[in-house]
Amino acid sequence: MSKILLEVDNLRKYYPVTAGLFSKRVADIRAVDGVSFYITEGETLGLVGESGCGKSSLGRALLRLEEPTAGRVLYRGSNIMMWNRRQLKELRREAQMIFQDPQSSLDPRMTIEDSIGEALLIHGIDNEKERLEKVEELLIRVGLEPEHTMRYPHELSGGQKQRIGIARALAVNPKLIVADEPVSALDVSVQAQILNLIMDLQQELSLAYLFIAHDLSVIGQVSDRIAVMYLGQIVELANRTDLFTHPLHPYTEALLSAVHIPDPHQKRKRILLQGEVPSLVEPPLGCRFHTRCPRVMNICRQEEPELQQLGDGHSVSCHLYN
Amino acid sequence: MSDIVLDIRQLKTYFFTRNGVVKAVDDISFTLRKGECLCLVGESGCGKTASALSVLRLVDSPPGRIIGGEILYYGEDLLRCSTKRLRQIRGNRIAMIFQDPQSSLNPVFTVGNQVAEQIKLHLGLKHGPAMERARHLMEQAGIPRAGERIKDYPHQFSGGMRQRVMIAVALSCDPDVLIADEPTTALDTTIKAQILDIFQDLKKNRNMSILFITHDMGTVAEIADRIVVMYGGRLAEAGTTLDIFDRPMHPYTVGLLNCLPDISARKDRLTPIAGLIPSLINPPEGCIFSPRCERRMSICSRERPKEIMASGEHIIACHLYS
Repeated sequence: MSKILLEVDNLRKYYPVTAGLFSKRVADIRAVDGVSFYITEGETLGLVGESGCGKSSLGRALLRLEEPTAGRVLYRGSNIMMWNRRQLKELRREAQMIFQDPQSSLDPRMTIEDSIGEALLIHGIDNEKERLEKVEELLIRVGLEPEHTMRYPHELSGGQKQRIGIARALAVNPKLIVADEPVSALDVSVQAQILNLIMDLQQELSLAYLFIAHDLSVIGQVSDRIAVMYLGQIVELANRTDLFTHPLHPYTEALLSAVHIPDPHQKRKRILLQGEVPSLVEPPLGCRFHTRCPRVMNICRQEEPELQQLGDGHSVSCHLYN
Repeated sequence: MSDIVLDIRQLKTYFFTRNGVVKAVDDISFTLRKGECLCLVGESGCGKTASALSVLRLVDSPPGRIIGGEILYYGEDLLRCSTKRLRQIRGNRIAMIFQDPQSSLNPVFTVGNQVAEQIKLHLGLKHGPAMERARHLMEQAGIPRAGERIKDYPHQFSGGMRQRVMIAVALSCDPDVLIADEPTTALDTTIKAQILDIFQDLKKNRNMSILFITHDMGTVAEIADRIVVMYGGRLAEAGTTLDIFDRPMHPYTVGLLNCLPDISARKDRLTPIAGLIPSLINPPEGCIFSPRCERRMSICSRERPKEIMASGEHIIACHLYS
């Protein structure tokens, strides 16, 4: 069993809803509402869910890019919620992030050399020549040419920009990368290139990923284990094969059945969910999924189910399995 | 054949920009028949949206201009008819749905007014009956409590519901042809399945002809009767859904299908298409796919391939088969 790198315990991230002249806090958007999981060294945990389920907020709160409201995050056993700024800077050497939109995460007025070099400078590589060498090495590593150093972001395609985003994350030799929808803005032929790169880098550098995406087939391609999120909570967590072959939670079942497979011969029976995703301000009482669940029972409207282990690392939060 | 509703012949739509002429649609021909769903498939910048906009002469001008070809709607050339005649057809006989329902709806009018607007314009109904018809259409598009929601504004609707409003607008005059430009791309997996169901239903029960534009092969497999694969503003391959998925012949189509992750079996590596999408200002000589093609021959960089009939409906533009 490999070592646990990051452990999240009952993490919450609420955003205030304010109103009136003095911006009084009138309600909370409970984007992340009591989430627990762990990531071991060198593995990929996929986090899947529909828009507004809190998956991006979770990714950001995890690295304290935004301060969590409550809960603990243990990095190599130490609670980073207690860390000061200097310690957090150390954390950012170990844990990096790749964003969805490479366009908006690169400064349009900086050359690629400066963009990647900045990350190196902040983390203490002062010598300019050394920095340039390192930048060129990183560019080759992510499948670009050394001559890309002098280019500006607008001269690059979407896929190339995402490669820069990855090079920038790799600059500090991290152990963990939180990748938030890294391929969803890319065309499929380029998406395959970037997914291959992400998987290759994991092999070479024994990186651990928290891979956030809404596309189940992308998640399935890269993940060892997968967590399914709905309205701020994890409803099911299992290894890839278990989740795809024996989904337990009705939401996971519906999500899997709604995937359109690029094969006209596979017409599957679809579980069409009724209605829409409820609001995170006032999530439904009881089980949050009960308003759309095709297998809803009486207890679901009253009691909130807890995430429980059903053996072999397969956890589910649903009254059907009590 | 008499069941041809739209016959697009040698369409050329160019954009005259400061940096040069972008040949967004460069000599493309296809037909749409009564009661079928034709999918235009391709990656970003392949000209699928420009083709669709050209049908209703909605290309922004300047910089865009349709410089050649014919668009025959039941034999009548829409590129040469008067603006007045075109307005009678637009929205009335041929309706269009766009990717982003947010920006297609006017935020300061109620959705009921926006659905009713076309009904009043084209069918000459008074306000009362038009609103009644609008309510009915919204119900058909699957909006719950349509009677109350007709008085709501677009911001009060979720993304999926807004797309349903757009469908209600498009259906308001009972058109023969529906052009849908990436209508499900901005939607979540479970909501997307609901919307695709509506399209299936329109085809089956109203015998509507649908020109469906998408980049997602999963959606295509679900909904298409016939497919046109576009690359760099040109037709790469066209055929029935089974032609394209079971017997793809053009190397681009083969690559497009191979690079997708497979949800039923994790692949060790994906098979991307090497290289980048070409610039349409200075497209490669000869076959526009040749710089990325694995089976490139010397003729490919010299001559543009002609469209060849492989069998029945299966058309390929590739030198391998000439």
